Amino acid sequence: MEYQVKNISANDFEQCIKCTICTVYCPVAAVNTAYPGPKQAGPDGERYRLKNPEFYNNALKYCLNCKRCEVSCPNNVRIGDIIQTARIRYDKSAPKLRDRMLASTDFMGKVATKMAPVVNLMLGFSPVKATMHGVLGIDRHRTFPRYTSTTFEKWMRTKAPSQAAFSKKVAYFHGCYVNYNYPQLGKDVVTVLNAVGYGVQLLEKERCCGVAKISNRLIDSAKEDAQLNIDSIRKAVKAGMEVVGASSTCIFTMRDEYPHLLGVDNADVRDDISLVSVFLYKLIDSGKVKLAFKPGFRCRVTYHTPCHMQKLGWGIYSSSLVRMIPGVEFEPIDSLCCGIAGTYGFKKENYPYSQAIGKELFDQIERARVDYVVTDCETCKWQIEMSTGATVINPVSLLAMAIDVEATKKLNGIK
Amino acid sequence: MNYDTIIIGGGLAGLVAGITLQERGQRTAIITTGQGALHFSSGSLALLSRDADGNPIEKPLEHIDSLPASHPYSKVGAAKAGEHARAVKALFERAGLSMLGSEDSNHYYMTPVGLFKSTWLSTADSAVSPTPDGSGWGRTAIVGIKGFLDFYPGFIADNLAKNGLKCEVAALTTPELEHLRKNNTEMRAPGIAKIMHGEALERFAKAIVAAAPGAETVIIPAVVGLDGQKDIDALRRFTGKNVICLSTHPISVQGVRMQLALRRYYEKMGGTYLLGDNVTAGYMDGDRLKAIDTANLGHGSLTARNFILATGSFFSRGLVAEPDRIFEPVFGVDVVTEGDRSDWFKENIFEEQPFVRFGVATDNDFRVKKDGKTIGNLYAVGSILGGCNSLKEGSGAGVAAVTAMEVANRLADK
Repeated sequence: MEYQVKNISANDFEQCIKCTICTVYCPVAAVNTAYPGPKQAGPDGERYRLKNPEFYNNALKYCLNCKRCEVSCPNNVRIGDIIQTARIRYDKSAPKLRDRMLASTDFMGKVATKMAPVVNLMLGFSPVKATMHGVLGIDRHRTFPRYTSTTFEKWMRTKAPSQAAFSKKVAYFHGCYVNYNYPQLGKDVVTVLNAVGYGVQLLEKERCCGVAKISNRLIDSAKEDAQLNIDSIRKAVKAGMEVVGASSTCIFTMRDEYPHLLGVDNADVRDDISLVSVFLYKLIDSGKVKLAFKPGFRCRVTYHTPCHMQKLGWGIYSSSLVRMIPGVEFEPIDSLCCGIAGTYGFKKENYPYSQAIGKELFDQIERARVDYVVTDCETCKWQIEMSTGATVINPVSLLAMAIDVEATKKLNGIK
Repeated sequence: MNYDTIIIGGGLAGLVAGITLQERGQRTAIITTGQGALHFSSGSLALLSRDADGNPIEKPLEHIDSLPASHPYSKVGAAKAGEHARAVKALFERAGLSMLGSEDSNHYYMTPVGLFKSTWLSTADSAVSPTPDGSGWGRTAIVGIKGFLDFYPGFIADNLAKNGLKCEVAALTTPELEHLRKNNTEMRAPGIAKIMHGEALERFAKAIVAAAPGAETVIIPAVVGLDGQKDIDALRRFTGKNVICLSTHPISVQGVRMQLALRRYYEKMGGTYLLGDNVTAGYMDGDRLKAIDTANLGHGSLTARNFILATGSFFSRGLVAEPDRIFEPVFGVDVVTEGDRSDWFKENIFEEQPFVRFGVATDNDFRVKKDGKTIGNLYAVGSILGGCNSLKEGSGAGVAAVTAMEVANRLADK
């Protein structure tokens, strides 16, 4: 019998049975009636858009690309990818100046770090905030993360000889936030990886992973950055290194959004791109490395599963890593969206929805009464710190606090 | 990562097995492609509702001995099936779900179109009745929500009238409901239930009283209580009426409530629930499965002493049908079918469909077979098991829960 066996549609579009489970778990549809929800915005709307692009609905801009629809779908339909692809393909309006500014993390970071003290002071001034709110549409409630005057890359250059001396090495994709705003996380990564016997190398070239440009539809520029990153990653993998990052969204973007949304092929290196916490967990779980902890270390923590971490399915690694630390009292919370979604929550028109989405998570965090909320995502960190007052840290930073570096080195036979 | 037992499939069967094993001290993980089929539940779980002629069964356990040997219940045995059914009700209770009904005697619940069906357990807000007519509800009103497309008060009233129950019909709205109505095609029961707390719930209660002031019992669409029973209790308190909730078409609030409660309880017991992942390969060591790969966790990352396949039937893709074959997609284990393609189905959709009876081949201990050989540590539970027409006899949830309990008990003792 002649028949078509395999599904041939993009993003498993035709596997959708219109059950609406995705809409039940959509954080946006729950708070914003202007958003038609993932089933309608995704596979349902796609049927019409395939016939005529005029059916494109501008409300798709409310999708924050959390992919929780995909995680909940029993039929593996890539609903989020359908929606984002439609935005890229059919929304022909030019991105606003504000959106270009928010998306250009490298450009803004390079300029701002050169004059960090002035920029930090300016961004904190209420007249500046009012202008950004009124003129640009960047919500006044948001505080921009402070810029550093010494970028992480610059700091790493001073460490190059000591890192090169390790026999085992990993390549570290630090991301924009570590480079321009928060080098301490990068330093923690180096501390912990060095302690277990791995030297840390930068990629030959690194640009922003592209998530901000994708969500603001600067697609050509995002593709250029993606290609450059993948070329550099390929060189690192050829040199025998795994490529790790400490931000779940950067890693998710390079593994999955590059091929799915940007058409940048990464099949040969996708499995070599991972998270530092996953890399560490696997080394420890397989007995290849050991950690020695500070005897008096005690704290109460919870783990927040960022949406892209949920999509990666790797929350189990990070939460298990945290629970391995003696002296950690762990209080679980549900996996819920914090609402910020990168640049989305900075926009004036999204701010109220952003906070409404995060409310349930914020309530659970406040009830948990922890010393630290541990998470793998930096924008979740900003959102949770702003909305709850909790201190949010990366699992690697918690490890850096908890381990006895010298004793760990000794355990792993490192001088 | 190493576990005592890894369960593939996160619906009713997978969760009952997982909870039971965690409670008995095992370390388990559940891997599930997406949200489970409980989301499609009517809020009522049937053990064995109808006999071979389609007549309602009053005492389901008494019928088990007359079932064919291929039936999953026959493999468990009537006495143990009864014990397991009782244990499942108690497990639901511990998970925060108090269910109406008992394995000793079926009761009746009202379907979304106002008909009565024989069943085993119903969520505490369901429209249940000891007899198939709603007697005992007193003066009854059916109250719909303006603009809500998934509830048909007039239709329900007509069907109830045929059974001699006369109902008033009314419709209400509140400011919160009007807000949701702006997105009217997506105004669905779980979406409404998300906002039905606090003041919104109080206003809803007042609107119910205003719409049906004289009624003792008010039938509303199930749009309250996503997180548990407490909002329904509050609604009954606020209205002073016997408010009963009729499940709407999927996704149903009662179904989501059961899924969320069981999953939360499983995780509270220390279980690992890996949502949105797919098992991509299995590795054998002789006649035993030793490790699996998943799409998210990669190669050889999960090992266990025992594995349970709880991936469901065709709807949940535990079984996949192609024009010339029916197969089990995870491990490619043997599937029991009948004849060739022309024997799989009847042209008349209302006839009994043979394919509903198809399932994976197992021994009497529910261990699956591949190429005719039993895999020593891979068990199948739930609707991936064939041997019965669960649609016709009304036994889908019962088979899922009872076989899961049977296998979990065996593994917990090992």
